[in-house]
Amino acid sequence: MRFLAHIKPGDYFTLLAGVTFTVWVSLAVWSGGAADTALIRSGGKIFKEVPLSRDQQIEVPGPLGTSIITIEKRKARISSDPSPRQYCVRQGWLQQAGEIAICLPNEVSVELTGGAKKYDSLNY
Amino acid sequence: MMTTIKLETSAADHHIARMAAVALGLTVLENAIPSPLPGVKPGLANIVTLIVLARYGWRAAAWVSLLRVLAGSLLFGNFLAPGFFLSLSGAVCSLAVLALSLHLPQRWFGPVTDSILAAFAHIAGQMTVVYLWLIPHSGIAYLIPIFATAALVFGTVNGLIAAIFMDETQSPSLGGEETGVNSRK
Repeated sequence: MRFLAHIKPGDYFTLLAGVTFTVWVSLAVWSGGAADTALIRSGGKIFKEVPLSRDQQIEVPGPLGTSIITIEKRKARISSDPSPRQYCVRQGWLQQAGEIAICLPNEVSVELTGGAKKYDSLNY
Repeated sequence: MMTTIKLETSAADHHIARMAAVALGLTVLENAIPSPLPGVKPGLANIVTLIVLARYGWRAAAWVSLLRVLAGSLLFGNFLAPGFFLSLSGAVCSLAVLALSLHLPQRWFGPVTDSILAAFAHIAGQMTVVYLWLIPHSGIAYLIPIFATAALVFGTVNGLIAAIFMDETQSPSLGGEETGVNSRK
């Protein structure tokens, strides 16, 4: 490695400091928002607040019928919903705090909260 | 009657102008490289800044760097547009950090250190301007790791190029191989 001859000892120190900083920043920014609670709303009002630690299925009544919310392995999703387009079901698993799945026709939503609340384009 | 205004320029001015022109050339070259994310680019012009810094001191480096930002913005047509202020804030922060890193012991720290520190200062300055002015939203924090990684990689590579260039051009046996700043005299 011919070019290694051009790096001075202190440069390795700087490089190491740079790597450490980058890794630390990545961990702090990208994995900080682990969610611990699912906030379930129906008709705009809070229906239930459940911890993600326990796997369970919750049935939420709405104007069109019943939506089923599944909580499994610290993730949550809407597994069944009577809405015609199924957007909220197809959204899949929610994992990070601040993520939200909304079934508009049935007026049911599930939002993950906990840790430092993350922002998205909805609450800017 | 026509009056002619003549600016007295010294050899040092010409030298700085030449180096800024080389930096400008690298900026143009680099703009042809597609970038995965706006703002992630190698910053090749900083190689020139590093060489000027090591050989002619901080003042010359500041001139070259700021002239390059100004002339580059005129060339790309974004003078006083957001892109210009991003370049400027990055350059100013880099120069501020370089003024400090210049005082590190030469024996232990070379251009690679200067380059990495300046690259991080560069993104720090840019992110600050982006946050305070363009996108006042904490969501941009998600991008910090990407910019930090880019700063680390490109900072190291640019520093290495500058170090190799200076080491090679100092040795007298490599007369024919010189390309870049010095050969353009």
